[in-house]
Amino acid sequence: MAVEVDVRGLSCPLPVVKTKKAIDESSNGEIIVLVDSQVSKQNVTRLAENKGYSVNVESVGDEFRLKLKKGE
Amino acid sequence: MKKENLLIWFSGAVVGLLAVLLVLFGNPLNMGFCIACFERDIAGALGLHRAAVVQYIRPEILGIVLGAFIAGYSSKEFRPEGGSSTITRFFLGILVMIGALVFLGCPLRMMIRLGGGDLNALVALVGFIVGIAVGVYFLKSGFDLGRAREQRTFSAWVLPIVMVGLLLLLILAPVFNPDAGGPIFFSIEGPGAQHAVIAISLIAGLLVGFLAQKSRLCLAGGVRDWMLIKDSYLIKGFIAIIAVVLIGNILIGILGITGTNTPVFNLGFAEQPVAHAEHLWNFLGMALVGLGSILLGGCPLRQLVLAGNGNTDSSISVLGMIVGAAISHNFMLAASPKGVPDFAKYAVIGGLIICLAVGALNREKA
Repeated sequence: MAVEVDVRGLSCPLPVVKTKKAIDESSNGEIIVLVDSQVSKQNVTRLAENKGYSVNVESVGDEFRLKLKKGE
Repeated sequence: MKKENLLIWFSGAVVGLLAVLLVLFGNPLNMGFCIACFERDIAGALGLHRAAVVQYIRPEILGIVLGAFIAGYSSKEFRPEGGSSTITRFFLGILVMIGALVFLGCPLRMMIRLGGGDLNALVALVGFIVGIAVGVYFLKSGFDLGRAREQRTFSAWVLPIVMVGLLLLLILAPVFNPDAGGPIFFSIEGPGAQHAVIAISLIAGLLVGFLAQKSRLCLAGGVRDWMLIKDSYLIKGFIAIIAVVLIGNILIGILGITGTNTPVFNLGFAEQPVAHAEHLWNFLGMALVGLGSILLGGCPLRQLVLAGNGNTDSSISVLGMIVGAAISHNFMLAASPKGVPDFAKYAVIGGLIICLAVGALNREKA
């Protein structure tokens, strides 16, 4: 089961803080992050890539579902 | 270089360059751009405070909001949202302004003052970093002002429309109460009387607002992200501003360029323009700005940009800052080149205590 982090409606830098927490605590390496703004999407993507995750972005209406996977 | 990094370096450099040019065109020394000072001048022009030397409707502020508004709409990023601890943000805006007016500048002017050789800004920078570090501690321990929700588009348009209204008041310059000489008040001496022509200031503001929306430039965010996640993206903008202002001021000296005001590079603590050398209060004033900005999620510049981009909570923090400026001057909490009044010292200490309480009492429920 992938861990799901919902950061919709949270302002800078909380989306990144919460994603980082999930990354630090994650064991199996797959994390889903729900974001609702371009800024959060970019910031979470940058964090994940710096941490060695690949990021797959899926648009859901006005929102985004980011799938973070370890080491690809 | 990645496109993203190029954009933040470029934005910082443009802000720095405009800060130098605006002084040549007439803005006060080391004050080509200052969000706190300029919002304070707007409060004065409207008669919300009566400090005669700092009253002018600064088109730079209007331009930043409208530039971000245009950038947001053109990239479809404009999002009406709000409702995240709105009233708390209003008071944080007041406190950030009180801190900024004790130091005499927002984080942006701190960078510009540093580029002009004003070492008081270095003392303030240390305070700013300490304030941010405390904010980062709160962020790590679960600080959170709550989620924003989608708002009606109308709400998100309110502040940009107010900015257009202010522009009209500036151009038409009506005098509502002739016996009092205003509002609208315009300083006839002091920093408020020093300004570039309206069109230049407005265009500079529009450019900064547009670029800051695109690059997410935030003076508090740079230090914060570095401490929090070792992310150096935003701090690049911070460095670009100081570097360009520094080089610009030195070049102007070497080339002998003169303008309405002529920027100079003058290294030291004494005789700095619109500044004082009370180190403790420069330090604590900016510590309050740093901590308050982290709790708000961005520096005063970023609040203007977010407000232009549809964030009504940021609109409220901008209004809080304008009210904060009125409180600062009406209650004699604002410093001046003569120094820091006693009431200002109590206000900064009180402000820090309130920010600590906001940080400690707003944690996510487990």
